Amino acid sequence: MVGRDAHGYDRAVAATMGVRAMPPPVIELLDKALVAELTVIDEQGRFRTDPLIPFWDGRFILMTSSMLFSRKLQDIKRNPKVSVSLSDPVGIPAQPFSRATIQGDARVIDTDLHQGWYRLLPLWEAKEPIIKTFLKPMQKLGLPLFWERAVIEITPRRVFWWPAGDTTRDPQVTDLLEVFG
Amino acid sequence: MRVDKALSKLGDYSHAVLVVPSDGGYPLSVATSFKVIDGTVEVAPVSAGSSVIRDTSNARLVFSHVRPYPGVGYDQRRYVELSGALSVTAPSWRFAPSAARGWDEQELSFPELVQRAIPQGRRYLAALSAERGQPVKPQMGLGWRFFLATRLPFLTATIVPVFLGLAAAAYDHHFSLGLAALTLLGAMAVHLGLNVANDIFDTLSGVDDVNFTPTKFSGGSRVLQYGLVSLRQMMTLAAVFYAIAIIIGLVLVAIAGPGLLWLGVAGVLISYFYTAPPLRLVHRGLGELAVALGFGPIMVLGAYFVQTRQYAWRPLILSIPVAIFVMLILYANEIPDRFADAKGGKRTLIVRLRPAAVIGGYVAAAAVAYLVVIVGVITGLLPWPTLISLLTIPIAYQTVQGLRAHFESPYQLMPYLGKNVNLHLFTGLLLVVGVLIGILVRR
Repeated sequence: MVGRDAHGYDRAVAATMGVRAMPPPVIELLDKALVAELTVIDEQGRFRTDPLIPFWDGRFILMTSSMLFSRKLQDIKRNPKVSVSLSDPVGIPAQPFSRATIQGDARVIDTDLHQGWYRLLPLWEAKEPIIKTFLKPMQKLGLPLFWERAVIEITPRRVFWWPAGDTTRDPQVTDLLEVFG
Repeated sequence: MRVDKALSKLGDYSHAVLVVPSDGGYPLSVATSFKVIDGTVEVAPVSAGSSVIRDTSNARLVFSHVRPYPGVGYDQRRYVELSGALSVTAPSWRFAPSAARGWDEQELSFPELVQRAIPQGRRYLAALSAERGQPVKPQMGLGWRFFLATRLPFLTATIVPVFLGLAAAAYDHHFSLGLAALTLLGAMAVHLGLNVANDIFDTLSGVDDVNFTPTKFSGGSRVLQYGLVSLRQMMTLAAVFYAIAIIIGLVLVAIAGPGLLWLGVAGVLISYFYTAPPLRLVHRGLGELAVALGFGPIMVLGAYFVQTRQYAWRPLILSIPVAIFVMLILYANEIPDRFADAKGGKRTLIVRLRPAAVIGGYVAAAAVAYLVVIVGVITGLLPWPTLISLLTIPIAYQTVQGLRAHFESPYQLMPYLGKNVNLHLFTGLLLVVGVLIGILVRR
């Protein structure tokens, strides 16, 4: 168990971690979060972070991005390694509050920009009920390109969880390679 | 965004997210507390377990905020992303920012942000098209694209004067339903041709491309900017509308007599040269006058002439308030467009005048419109029930108040631009109703 695994993680470190499933407190954060910070890597190797609403479908972290704000989509296509931070005590009304970071491999699904993302709608409506109003035909006409959207599907690889949100203390680290790899 | 401006905004955030390189080539993002000190940001050391955080020139410090809004979702969206170098010397870590970007919806409205992002959307579609080897375009049903491209709801500006001309003719004992339908169809074709031509020439001159604050009342239909319709398709659409208008116009001239010809020719020319070179009436501050003539006397008198084969003073007087209020639609709609119009060389009255003069002009014009009705009734040219149109004075008052209060805020201005459209519609329809009641009362 030396060197690095297929995802670049140190094998010795990965072997010491829990490897079952997404920790329940992190699922709670994902289910409640109105905002998460998605960090991608651009073609120069620099980070770029955007706030987005995260969704959890039991296997993937899902996000959706309009083609208008598509730099992150192009970056993910070049380099799928991303990080999702759940950090905001106001934007994540979970009780008790904690913080998490999920590193994962992202995939852009943009085969049907017009309707492909509609599969996220039930999850989106649950967090942002006003979205139904914006999707009425006359409303959509106001910002038609905003509704041409891609889905970002993130396969979690490693989860850092800080109970009570205290990031000065060591996080519980869960490696999900064996579950989802 | 400038770094010093970004730093000055950080007091609005409860925490930061530090982004650094980590194992396996993944970014690592960890929340932390922070303090701005002398142009740098001191961040509390964080632990990422076995992932060691080191000094790096490739770090980000991200600040993000939303306010939950139960039953709706959230509002107060804002974020700042600082790029820079991180030094992890104990006891505190120091982040030296070198660049910043971000967005605060209270400073830049979401609709404006979306408009500014259109070039990125186009680049993405171009990249997708190259990736797939076939063009990828935004999708919208043909009916909706037609609705958008023609700006169909603005047809009320045509329906009102045509109805008024017809009512005036009925008052003078002339009315043919078939001719009325043909007149309405021809007038609508000219109007739709104007709307489409306006988009074509505003796109070719660059005016619509640099307008980041369009509203549903201003800034054109945007179908060309959105890539929903091609320039060629718009040109075809405009040609079809003008062809329909000219054919119907010639049929009506054949039926009603050559006296209608000069009016029809003037209508089509004003419509086309509204934004088209070489006249480009709207670029010369003549747009308001052109619209007032086209959607006032020309349409009212035209509809009247088709029915009666003669011109008269009553329809001309009736057309003046309608002409003024339709002119005021354009006039007020140009308020949010004024910066883009100025950049594109479209020297509208709003571009030329100071805000106080713009509001003063509006008040004076509306006052004249109502005064014409009152004087018309006093002189016996208009039936007294047309005074019912004065019921819209409160709408005019509210519109003026709104324009004054929100002159600098395109999106807060929108409800008042809507009231302004209603002012024209309701005043015109009440004039129609007044004339029709006049027929009943006279009997």
